[in-house]
Amino acid sequence: MLKIEKLHARAGDAEILKGLDLEVRPGEVHAVMGPNGSGKSTLANVLAGRPSVEVTAGKVLFEGRDLTELEPEERAREGIFLAFQYPVEIPGVSNLYFLKAALNSRRKHLGQEELDAMDFLTLAKEKAKLVEMDEALLNRAVNEGFSGGEKKRNEVLQMTVLEPKLAILDETDSGLDIDALRVVARGVNALRAPDRAMLVITHYQRLLDYIVPDVVHVLAGGRIVRSGGKELAQELEEKGYGWLTEDAA
Amino acid sequence: MSAAWLQELRREAAARFEELGYPTTRLEDWRYTNVGALAKTDWVSGEGRHDDVTPADLEHLTFPVFACSLFVFVNGHFAGDLSSPRALAGGVEVTTLSDALRDDPEGLRGRLGGLADSKRRAFAAQNLACFEDGAVVRIPAGVEIEQPIHLVFLSKPGAAPTDSHPRVLVVAESGSRATLIEDYVTFGEGEFFTNAVTEIFLEPNADLEHVRFQRESARGYHVSSLHVRQERDSRLAAHSISLGATLARNDVEATLVGEGAHADLYGLFLGTGRRLVDNHTTLDHAVPHTTSQELYKGILGGRSRGIFHGRVIVRPDAQKTDARQSSKNLLLSSGAEIDTKPQLEIHADDVKCSHGSTIGQLDEDALFYLRSRGIEEEQARALLTRAFASEVTDAIRSDVLRQRVQDQLLEILESE
Ligand SMILES: Nc1ncnc2c1ncn2[C@@H]1O[C@H](COP(=O)(O)OP(=O)(O)OP(=O)(O)O)[C@@H](O)[C@H]1O
Ligand SMILES: [Mg+2]
Repeated sequence: MLKIEKLHARAGDAEILKGLDLEVRPGEVHAVMGPNGSGKSTLANVLAGRPSVEVTAGKVLFEGRDLTELEPEERAREGIFLAFQYPVEIPGVSNLYFLKAALNSRRKHLGQEELDAMDFLTLAKEKAKLVEMDEALLNRAVNEGFSGGEKKRNEVLQMTVLEPKLAILDETDSGLDIDALRVVARGVNALRAPDRAMLVITHYQRLLDYIVPDVVHVLAGGRIVRSGGKELAQELEEKGYGWLTEDAA
Repeated sequence: MSAAWLQELRREAAARFEELGYPTTRLEDWRYTNVGALAKTDWVSGEGRHDDVTPADLEHLTFPVFACSLFVFVNGHFAGDLSSPRALAGGVEVTTLSDALRDDPEGLRGRLGGLADSKRRAFAAQNLACFEDGAVVRIPAGVEIEQPIHLVFLSKPGAAPTDSHPRVLVVAESGSRATLIEDYVTFGEGEFFTNAVTEIFLEPNADLEHVRFQRESARGYHVSSLHVRQERDSRLAAHSISLGATLARNDVEATLVGEGAHADLYGLFLGTGRRLVDNHTTLDHAVPHTTSQELYKGILGGRSRGIFHGRVIVRPDAQKTDARQSSKNLLLSSGAEIDTKPQLEIHADDVKCSHGSTIGQLDEDALFYLRSRGIEEEQARALLTRAFASEVTDAIRSDVLRQRVQDQLLEILESE
């Protein structure tokens, strides 16, 4: 589903990703771990198409297509979804309006009928319940004044509504209490399907107890320096990254 | 035969306009705004004929009629057949200026032309000399009406460049409360010039919301001035929504002459293409204990140019004045320009006056966030721009109108 080869990317003046390889097949869940500043969010941004991150070499293929050719909105319509590490506050744009515009653009692309306001409201309320999000948040401006945990839930809500093929979760578990963590995991697990895949960026083994990954990668110094099964996460929890990053450097 | 005082007033105004001529950029107040092209055009006075305008056309241009009491003027002439004063209650009177001048000229004496200084203002003088007709609105003491009074000024250019000089006079008597909408739209193609003057008298404790919603077509020049005199404890909320015309100049002037008076001035102006939008406001705090709050937001794209000039005067006696001014601007392109200038003239010492201005661009992170959810870049930009405007539009009391303003803004932004 996703194939990344020798990816180099820069943000600002710095080269952040330096020859990264990664392959994710349909149905799989991959975890990406790694020290702060190692390039995890940069990878996520490359996949979502953030304009300020520039791919300088290598290939990024999604279902065989060159992703770098597509605008961010085209990628979203093709089924790529990034749950942001830092969701953006957008005063003056209602959460519900935003979510509806997002869903309808995807539905239109898939040749499905767009939902009207009533049907959409029903759907949004149902999904909000699933991720245990206060309905009142639907009527507020996007993320404006949301608590850290509420912002993360809002990301999961969007993911649940949009039902992407490839979901990338960038530290969606950071700053969440135990109950919220379960909710996020439930949202993710509900989406798991043979034709979908997930890339879960996290610092904590804890999340992986709920969302059991098929593969765990360690990203350090802009490259994947180690991949393994879920026991690798356990090992990292105990030993830290030092023993791996020394090799990378 | 009209009253002698009126004939004299109009004759003087005509002479004064003759003398002053159209303003030039040598005048401080017109530095940025060149009306040379307007001055060179031979304008023909617009006709009131409107056989080709149907009520459906009108609804399409404005908004559903059920919401308001509707009074329509075509090129400044009253169009009774298109109007429907259905929701007027409590003795609220809306009459045409010509009827009012025929039936009770003395009632207008001292009021008509009483606030818009035609000695100094060329366009006000021209309007006073040339007005075809207009509206006179009286809200009786103690009467509160929910339904807005909706005045539509339709510019309908003919084969030759067409001008009109609509005029509005409002008296809100003590303790009354109402909303008045002046809606400027265009029907048909062609060059035109609208020169509108509104004078509003707020008696003690009156509360008036005034919305001037200008969305004339791109071939028009639009010059307007609003003059308000506020007595004790009166409240004004004046919204200037300026979305159309190739050149728009909007002056708003509120004079607070009674203690406890409060004025809120809101402005939203949009520049696209090569348009120019110039806003001049004056808040004159003439007595102690008056307050004002001003928020103007400019959205400028293409190679357009915006001007905000906000003058605040605090007279020597006007202790305890509280005046806050804010000008926030969004530049959508590198070719767009904004000039924003506060002018505080404070002659009292125990006052609070503040002003601030910002100029920014759309938030790139927000833009990416919306796009990453599948929203087209152009739509995302329009949404964020509308969101920028919402601080101003949210202050509009009427739901229908607020919605219309927001929708129209989005329509224009998406079509650019
Ligand atoms: N626009 C930019 N200009 C310059 N440097 C940048 C830019 N964006 C990111 N970086 C740098 O790139 C490096 C990788 O950042 P990235 O956000 O990908 O790290 P991360 O692995 O997600 O870290 P964390 O675990 O703290 O979230 C950091 O050193 C960061 O400062
Ligand atoms: Mg990160």
